[in-house]
Amino acid sequence: MNNIVEAVRWLLTADAWSGTGGLWVRSMEHLGYTLIALGISAAIALPLGLLIGHTGKGRGAAVVATGAARALPTLGLLTLVALFTGIGLTAPMVALVILAAPSVLAGAYAGVESVNPATVDAARAQGMSGWQVLTRVEIPLGLPLILSGLRLAALQIIATATLAAYVGAGGLGRPLFLGLRTYDYPLMLGTSIVVILLAILVDAVFGTGQRLLRRIPGLAGPQRAPRGQRRDSRRATAAAPAAGR
Amino acid sequence: MIEFRQVGKTYPDGTTAVEEFSLTVPSRSTAVLLGSSGCGKTTLLRMVNRMVEPSTGSVLIDEEDISGVEPVALRRRIGYVMQHSGLLPHRRVIDNIATVPRLNGASRADARKRGYELMEIVGLDAKLGLRYPGQLSGGQQQRVGVARGLAADPNILLMDEPFGAVDPLVRVELQRELARVQEELKKTIIFVTHDIDEALTLGDQIVVLKTGGAVAASGTPAELLSNRQDEFVSRFLGLDSGARSLSAEKTDDGELLISDAQGRPLGVVPAQTDRADRP
Amino acid sequence: MSWILENLDTIGELTLVHLALSLPAVVIAFLVSIPLAWIANRIRVLREPLLTGTGLLYAVPSLPLFILLPALVGTSVRDPLNVVIALSIFGLALMVRSAAEALDAVTDDVQTSATAIGFSRVGRFFAVELSLAGPALLAGVRVVCVSSISLVSVSAVLGVNSLGSLFTDGFARDIIGSILAGIVMTVVLALICDLLLVLAGRLLMPWNKNAATVRPRLRKRRTQEAAA
Repeated sequence: MNNIVEAVRWLLTADAWSGTGGLWVRSMEHLGYTLIALGISAAIALPLGLLIGHTGKGRGAAVVATGAARALPTLGLLTLVALFTGIGLTAPMVALVILAAPSVLAGAYAGVESVNPATVDAARAQGMSGWQVLTRVEIPLGLPLILSGLRLAALQIIATATLAAYVGAGGLGRPLFLGLRTYDYPLMLGTSIVVILLAILVDAVFGTGQRLLRRIPGLAGPQRAPRGQRRDSRRATAAAPAAGR
Repeated sequence: MIEFRQVGKTYPDGTTAVEEFSLTVPSRSTAVLLGSSGCGKTTLLRMVNRMVEPSTGSVLIDEEDISGVEPVALRRRIGYVMQHSGLLPHRRVIDNIATVPRLNGASRADARKRGYELMEIVGLDAKLGLRYPGQLSGGQQQRVGVARGLAADPNILLMDEPFGAVDPLVRVELQRELARVQEELKKTIIFVTHDIDEALTLGDQIVVLKTGGAVAASGTPAELLSNRQDEFVSRFLGLDSGARSLSAEKTDDGELLISDAQGRPLGVVPAQTDRADRP
Repeated sequence: MSWILENLDTIGELTLVHLALSLPAVVIAFLVSIPLAWIANRIRVLREPLLTGTGLLYAVPSLPLFILLPALVGTSVRDPLNVVIALSIFGLALMVRSAAEALDAVTDDVQTSATAIGFSRVGRFFAVELSLAGPALLAGVRVVCVSSISLVSVSAVLGVNSLGSLFTDGFARDIIGSILAGIVMTVVLALICDLLLVLAGRLLMPWNKNAATVRPRLRKRRTQEAAA
């Protein structure tokens, strides 16, 4: 407990946060990595996932891929890529995207699939084209699950980005590993607390977004489904991989 | 006018939904496809807006083979109303009704204005327009469904058991309203149902289907009710057991005397010359 | 590749250590999540705090937790026990919600009829609710098992031995074979454990054969029918 008190005391000093190697700069770096990696993952996996959900083609492959990604050890991937690319940001970025993309993919196709087939059918019967069905019906109605996928991906990225410093990149892993190497436990501990808070903060932002979505009466459906009809929500948890922190 | 020319539908797994079905639905009339589940009635209905492609034969609208018409464009000029309304749960009622006009390029304001007109036509309070479908009763949702089907002012309206999921009292009310709307708007309607009373209430022409889309009988309601030849039909209509709530008896003058289940006479249908020679 | 052949002993040893760290965590997570889920369903006021609380744990990144735990429970950073506790917490974070939902999904009809037959409350829980929730619980355990096995390696940067040590050593000494061996062994280990869980599920729940594969197929059927 003494260590925690000491770590918190350190966190409360201005010194800890200022300067080029300070926690503030490192936090921003960490968030920056997270945003870039999430952006790349989304750019690759969202369209693919939506397409799989819309057409139903390639679903089997997607399920296998997301399952396999769950088993992939983050540190192994990170160090392997780093041996090829050398020290720097490339290896962490490649690893982060490989780890996060399956979550985004799973969220996207599960989201589209969660839409009531009768609603999609009716939309087609009204004369919506495939693209219109996707953009006006499937994406808005699948948004809760699509967001869940992005949320999961963001959490995985924040966690794994801590390891980026292990292969020479920046972020909050920097002071953490410094503390580890110099046996400075309060430094490690203080930084760890900041990483945890950052993760919880990002999680809360997504959580708030999802709660706001649920306010729209039409999207509240699955969440308020009566007992015994919750298959969709459970499927969603099953579809979401939980690897790589 | 809608014409089915010897259409058939066989699915890739080998099941045959419809075989060699032909029917002509004159403009501004209502044809009811009546049959129990699995008789292919929905398949037939969905051939008209190309939600289902016939494996054989062709469907013509006003003499034009629709296999040459782009499906999306075709669907936008045909109204479609289905069971469980199929409304978009994330859009307000008024925007649901305005869907097709919007797809056709109408401005939001125009489409909404048209939406409110339609709400009045189908007997919905304009106040409901800003609600979401989930906040309406089943009967109200079906009215919205009908309004949406009519929104683009289509000549043709396809109705797939539209009142199948609402309770009996509301169903009767909706049927009455539809009959009134049809009186006013005179659309060409194909109506699918397994409810015999509904068929008799709404159809100008009724086609009774057996499994595989085989036609067991067809004709006007009066013709069907007086038909006791075909065993399947009389059993299906409940004519043999007397369970049918209405029955028709031919009088000596060639008129049809309609009676209820207890045998109380309700009214008389004038003689129809074209079939006076039948027993 | 020659590195792998020369170090088969080490790899085998590390694999066993890896298992010894991850499997206890899976078992603990499962055993603790059931009573917690039961409480969440039984005492409704506690449901949201419990589920949200464990859900929040899920947001905590692993490495910082490995570092934070010693300060809370008094182990050392390099203590394997530390890793087991952290993994159990993650497992719990994943398991509690799915267990609560699985138990909650057992329909009232079944529960009422079980009570009517004469099951006691406790007897009913084990004989009826737990069995019927089995397939969903199994799905949860499978996720926990695979992610635990994959997560253990992170602790290698702190100096805890596991297959993760092959990554840190390989990276420090520039041996690709070492890292590859670690990745392959982790994935194989995860797949084998997953397969064993599936088989165990079939033995324990014969009525649920292929449940995992039936569902999407059913759905596809339904969509086709809806389209027909």
